[in-house]
Amino acid sequence: MNRIIKFILLDIVKNKVVLLYTILLAAFSWSAFGLEDNSTKGVLTLLNIILLTVPLVAILFATIYIYNSAEFIELLLGQPIKRSKIWCALFLSLCFSLLFAFLIGAGIPILIYAPNDVGLMMLILGSFITVIFVSIAFLSAIATRDKAKGIGISMMLWLYFALLFDGLILFLTFQFSEYPIEKMMIGVSMLSPIDMARIMILLKLDVSAMMGYTGAVFKEFFGTVLGTIVSIAILFLWMWIPFFWSLFKFKHKDL
Amino acid sequence: MISIINARKQFSKLQVLDDVSIEFQRGECVALIGPNGCGKTTLIKSILGMVIPDSGEIHFQGKAVLNDETYRKQIGYMPQIGRYPQNMTIGQVIEMICDIRKPNQPLDEELLFEFDLRKLYHKKMSTLSGGTTQKVSATLAFLFNPDVLILDEPTAGLDPISAEILKAKIIREKSNGKLIIITSHILSELDDLITALIYMQDGKILFHKTMETIRQESGEQRISKALAQILQKQALR
Repeated sequence: MNRIIKFILLDIVKNKVVLLYTILLAAFSWSAFGLEDNSTKGVLTLLNIILLTVPLVAILFATIYIYNSAEFIELLLGQPIKRSKIWCALFLSLCFSLLFAFLIGAGIPILIYAPNDVGLMMLILGSFITVIFVSIAFLSAIATRDKAKGIGISMMLWLYFALLFDGLILFLTFQFSEYPIEKMMIGVSMLSPIDMARIMILLKLDVSAMMGYTGAVFKEFFGTVLGTIVSIAILFLWMWIPFFWSLFKFKHKDL
Repeated sequence: MISIINARKQFSKLQVLDDVSIEFQRGECVALIGPNGCGKTTLIKSILGMVIPDSGEIHFQGKAVLNDETYRKQIGYMPQIGRYPQNMTIGQVIEMICDIRKPNQPLDEELLFEFDLRKLYHKKMSTLSGGTTQKVSATLAFLFNPDVLILDEPTAGLDPISAEILKAKIIREKSNGKLIIITSHILSELDDLITALIYMQDGKILFHKTMETIRQESGEQRISKALAQILQKQALR
């Protein structure tokens, strides 16, 4: 499988999109920290940029790359290679290259300007988000043969997770503000990895006071060891379920 | 060597393989013919594990091919329309496949030289003509000295000289005792190649006979005439 990963990685490097993404992230991060006078503000600015761009690039690039690899996959299928190996190699090399881009582009400035637990949290959660959205991209790419449809599904999913979900939560909180729904909101927030990541970092930044009582409930949950373990576990589920589902579908696909 | 047992496959409403059972023996050179869309390519792809039959089994040397990929080491496959990564050069594609298959015996580079592909090694797959792509497919199929060769319309798109080179190569490999499965619509080029013939229609096998019996039954030497006679007889029945 290493040989296949090597070939895919070489191809991704030749593609230059990942390089551009690295430069873009670096530009955002350096300017976010350079413009703000304290690192907490810088982290907050960067958080919003990262939570929008990282999932978008991960899901779009991965989806398009999978569709463009159709010929490569077809060529390898006639060779003595397990199907699951081809799919896993594709997944690992996409994750690896996008993680590398994220850690170089955003990781270096974060470690320089905010070398504390918040910075570390940002790096870990950014990496999680990258892998999660690559994983979702695999699911939407296997769902249909039509490239335009597949990319459309990916775009809609990104829109949902990055923007619509927030609105939905806000709507729920307003509609049910008369009821004690704070505990339920913890559960609901787990339905979107981006929201989970945002809450986890905001709580670390101690700006949760601004979120009122809900913030206090969140802090009570996400602040504890158990809460951290549960949320990391949920993030792992977000990583593995879409990919394994797509792997199952790929194994049974006619090509 | 390869046995297909009651294979069925349905694409939405179309039954492409309808209870197909075939045995292929070592040393045979079998032609798979039939009208367009009769299930030839699906049959070939299911031998290769690219299409998974709804029911039925496919065995390679007694072992079921599902969930086992090692048997493909012994197969050289030339697809009808070879699709290759567009931004790779011919050299890179061949190198990559070599790298992945890790052959433990010397490569069979006859076709590589006869088609003079080394001169084109630096050319990208996206710039190649259909015929040159076919040459790459053929070279890759024969490169690893496989025991089984599966050729899906091998000469379609090749110029006459290259087609002759390929045909000569097929005959040489046949005399080496390999199993060769060919699909083709050009019956005349099969005349001096094949030892048996399978005729498929609507996902079913209409008949599977050796060339000897076909020639005896019809009294014709040429496949096209013999086939016409057999099909006429079957229509009358």
